[in-house]
Amino acid sequence: MSDETQNPLREAIEDAIRSNDVILFMKGTPEQPMCGFSARTAGALQALEVPFAAVDILPDPRIRQELSALSNWPTIPQLFVRGELVGGCDIVTEMYESGELAELLGAEQPNDAAPAEAGQPAPLSIENRLS
Amino acid sequence: MATSMATKEELKARIEAAIPGASAEVRGDDGHHFEAVVTAPTFAGLSRIAQHRLVYDVFDGELGGRIHALALQTKAD
Repeated sequence: MSDETQNPLREAIEDAIRSNDVILFMKGTPEQPMCGFSARTAGALQALEVPFAAVDILPDPRIRQELSALSNWPTIPQLFVRGELVGGCDIVTEMYESGELAELLGAEQPNDAAPAEAGQPAPLSIENRLS
Repeated sequence: MATSMATKEELKARIEAAIPGASAEVRGDDGHHFEAVVTAPTFAGLSRIAQHRLVYDVFDGELGGRIHALALQTKAD
């Protein structure tokens, strides 16, 4: 029982969630995401120009274990706003497209609210031309 | 084989068996990445987080492992 309160990693994660209004746990970094779902979620926040903290969970598998144990959410990425889990890629993308995410974050919805894609627009446009 | 490959038919059947009144449309043919749209009356009044948790719970411990990814959309009606 008391183990849970003496878990430094869990406490560090809880502290990070508490002290950052908007925090994204992801695979890789916003600049260099290592997974398409993490890329899309970070891309939505970037499109709204909201400052956010990002934690790369890849360097240590225990980060993911502890995070999922405390959030009761099995997958990565995970977005927290003001201490509350908002969701993963699907929910964040849905909320971005509907304008709910902008509202939650007090941001302005971009006029061009196309599905968020982080970085590398170039390869996508090449694919589009081929299809 | 220790673990058999997941199929969209398996995911559909398990979601519909576990969530009362649910109907699931599942896509994905590579055995690892799936997309599901799940409609269930029990989702009414629940947050998206809670709705998605109900579906994730069906595959407890398999997401990120045997089932690499399950993109999810949930609806109440």
